[in-house]
Amino acid sequence: MTDITEEEIESTFQRLTADAKRSGYNLNPDEEFTKELVESLLINGKRYGYWACPCRLADEVKEEDLDLICPCDYRDVDVEEFGACYCALYVDKEIASGEKEAKPIPDRRPEREERAQFKASSGKGVVQTELAYPVWRCRVCGYLCAREEPPGICPVCKAGKERFDRFM
Amino acid sequence: MEYEHVDGKDKGKIVLYALSTCVWCRRTKKLLGELGVAYDFVFIDQKSSEEKELYKDEIRKHNPRCSYPTLVLNDERCIVGYQDEEIREALS
Ligand code: SF4
Repeated sequence: MTDITEEEIESTFQRLTADAKRSGYNLNPDEEFTKELVESLLINGKRYGYWACPCRLADEVKEEDLDLICPCDYRDVDVEEFGACYCALYVDKEIASGEKEAKPIPDRRPEREERAQFKASSGKGVVQTELAYPVWRCRVCGYLCAREEPPGICPVCKAGKERFDRFM
Repeated sequence: MEYEHVDGKDKGKIVLYALSTCVWCRRTKKLLGELGVAYDFVFIDQKSSEEKELYKDEIRKHNPRCSYPTLVLNDERCIVGYQDEEIREALS
């Protein structure tokens, strides 16, 4: 059903593993499971043009799907609370070391209407103070930086520029 | 709306709403195969935009959050997510 090659899966898997390690994240240690997810991400990359979360139904409109481009906005809280992200691609230390197994968890992504409300209100409570630079926050991992514009990609989690909000 | 049918033991009407890219959905399908039950399934992500809405309306009747996999047994019981034990218990 797909034209994704073994080599693509392998090289993406290696890259994600290295990126995760470098930034303090862990991929699911079940390599077969993880590679299936990597293949799914590559499939979504080909059919939608971005890595929509494999376990959620994409809208196919990037604007609407920004929060679920992998790594999604919900990864860190889910790893924190349940030990794994919704797809179980990213896991906590206990699961990574094999002490525990990844289990399916509930989806915390808000419904479309709630998302729209949240979007409309985000950035509103920002107190504008006299800063030399605006401060930007990555919605995926919380990385903060003070500069004229957000970075092209987040140096910690590799999320794109469009996933930053003005924080201060 | 069209569903694909998998042959097996008759355990009542079983419908699986799934995504082709979701690993938990695949596990659920595999489990149904292992249990050897007859069921219908659909990969929503492979449908057209208009069709997706129709299936989503159908899923929402059982699972308002519309998440995957959603397994509906006899139009009344709904199991959301790959719940290994619950599915085994319901279909054994
Ligand atoms: S971080 Fe996990 S849940 Fe989020 S998009 Fe990626 S695979 Fe899906």
